[in-house]
Amino acid sequence: MAAEWRTRVADALANQRTRANIGRALDGLVAKRRAAFPDRDELERLRDQGQAIRTQALACLPDLLAALERNCTANGIRVHWAETCDQANRRISDILHRHEARMLIKGKSMVSEELGLNAFLEAQGIEVVETDLGELIVQLAEERPFHILAPAIHKDRRQIAELFKARFPELPYSEDAEALTATARRLLREKFRGAVAGLTGVNFAVAETGTLALVENEGNGRMCTTVPKVHIAVTGIEKVIARLDQLPTLLTLLTRSATGQPITTYVNLVGAPRRTGELDGPQEVHLILLDNGRSRICADPELRTTLRCIRCGACLNHCPVYVRLGGHAYGTVYPGPIGGILEPQLQGLAAAGSLVDASSLCGACDEICPVRIPIPRLLNRLRAEGVGAGSDSQVPGRGSRRDPRQTAIWRLWAWLHADPGRYRLLSSLLSRTGTLIPRLIRPWTKSRRPPRLAPKGLHRLAREAGFTDD
Amino acid sequence: MRKPDAVYFFGTCLIDLLYPQAGLSAMRLLARAGIRVRYPQGQTCCGQPAYNSGYRDQARVVAAAQLDALPADIPVVVPSASCAGMFRVHYPRLFAGTPDEARAQALAGRVYEFTEFLVRVLDLRPVAPGPPLAVVLHNSCSAHRELGVADAARELLDRLANVRVLEPDHADECCGFGGTFAVKEPQLSAAMAADKTAAVAATGAPLLVGQDCGCLMNLEGTFRRRGSGPQVKHIAELVWERVVVNI
Repeated sequence: MAAEWRTRVADALANQRTRANIGRALDGLVAKRRAAFPDRDELERLRDQGQAIRTQALACLPDLLAALERNCTANGIRVHWAETCDQANRRISDILHRHEARMLIKGKSMVSEELGLNAFLEAQGIEVVETDLGELIVQLAEERPFHILAPAIHKDRRQIAELFKARFPELPYSEDAEALTATARRLLREKFRGAVAGLTGVNFAVAETGTLALVENEGNGRMCTTVPKVHIAVTGIEKVIARLDQLPTLLTLLTRSATGQPITTYVNLVGAPRRTGELDGPQEVHLILLDNGRSRICADPELRTTLRCIRCGACLNHCPVYVRLGGHAYGTVYPGPIGGILEPQLQGLAAAGSLVDASSLCGACDEICPVRIPIPRLLNRLRAEGVGAGSDSQVPGRGSRRDPRQTAIWRLWAWLHADPGRYRLLSSLLSRTGTLIPRLIRPWTKSRRPPRLAPKGLHRLAREAGFTDD
Repeated sequence: MRKPDAVYFFGTCLIDLLYPQAGLSAMRLLARAGIRVRYPQGQTCCGQPAYNSGYRDQARVVAAAQLDALPADIPVVVPSASCAGMFRVHYPRLFAGTPDEARAQALAGRVYEFTEFLVRVLDLRPVAPGPPLAVVLHNSCSAHRELGVADAARELLDRLANVRVLEPDHADECCGFGGTFAVKEPQLSAAMAADKTAAVAATGAPLLVGQDCGCLMNLEGTFRRRGSGPQVKHIAELVWERVVVNI
């Protein structure tokens, strides 16, 4: 696993075109977010509120979920519980089979990526059509989303034009964004017309009213939730909030953090299937609530903060590692800082532990997270879990990153630094050699000249200059 | 806080071994400001390398030795925001639930980053009219984000006569050091350092200063490998030079 990670990192860093594309795009998103929060005090107030709402929700998650089920059911929404991805996939395919749907149109949903839903359905002969423009591009390219919010952010216009040309050779070649969008729109309209079932994610599920909130900019989400006979919404159990009046705070934090928009073009509140006398809307609405390890995460008071996430993607946009590495190199559904804390907990540290080391702990994510998830602190905790020195926690793969050589090095380091006499001996030895042990610092010296040890350390210089401890 | 009579100086292991002149300059500045500077010979390392690598037991053993070395109830001045952050933010967590918890809490409450101490506690206004100089200030992530003291270093430079501070592109972005990150993820770290050094070089400033020798070691090493770039030094050295030369 470590070797694969190393290769992916090297390949990603060598891809200058993609790095230039994401660098430009993310700089733009960072600037838009900054402009969207001109008043620092207001921003901090909003973050306090957002954090409080999400923290309260997670503190009484079982109760809120019970209320959500009760109120959704009363509205006519059918609620399905899925402990695993496999259970969720089966539920979804059962619904599609019952309606003899041969095709599923999809709005943007990261949980569906987590499920591996497209591959699961395609193996059963069901056609899956992504209708979010970025997701469609990624699907046409046979890739996975590069960014949780902007799936095709790594591609420039020319790459998209060439992709369309390869997939639709009968259409005239164009690099014009409007022309490309119009092409996608034409293709998708046909799909919308014939669709029996549509699937979307959920941004927030409101317990007190049984309402599913979904934001988007392209209108495809509204098409998916209203045109087909059946609407299936999938979400993680952590997306529940207590009350409808908490929604505006979270929505404004979400859209401003994500794209700098005060509000998205479409805000969909799905309340119920079509009622008698109503002219549109689906006849059936299903809500799939996925656990997939979330209950376990929620049980740990510190790690629970991971689940506050509202998936704005701002931590990706501000991360100096993500901006250079991009989303694919992580090898996970969720990349970047949030992926770095979430994936090792979902998949376990043995499978996704490399991510916890892929951070300089610079704190840029911590500084901007709209719900104040202490990402660097959680990375530190997961590093400790990885080497088995954390706690008696439930993190899967705990201790799997323990390596005898590393452990020996840190034990020796501690032995040398815990005692002033031994430390003095070490420093005088090092000062005499003039350089640090070359084998240990080889990764460092590949791109840097090695630092030179001072002939006299500060302990000695301080003493000679008369700085004593009295 | 009122101006104290005496402070501890915690030099940090990096400065002890690699950049002792930075530490000495900082101590001399404090002494010049009328403070009695106590340098305990028992100090070694704050423990951060092991802590950030997940080896908490090892970090705690080393950290406990620092609690022993800094017992008196006087401020501890640290010429590194990263190490100061370890004391102030992480010691209380590291020692939570242990017999040393109270000592760790107390220490956390009396730790100051060097420029923070000069500007916010001493309100030092150095009389230092040196020759005109353009300089880039690299704020460490710990100074900027963890402790929120980056403005103190800037303020200190602004108080030096004839010193002009230039802003590089993406000034707030991490330089790629990150302690053991630089060794565990050398390619990523090098990519970040390459961009940071390019941005600093583009300002044309002949000097780069900062409050953290980890970042400075990373950037200086990258500049020297390329064979060009500005001179690199700790902010304490720049201030001390200008104070001494002009008296």
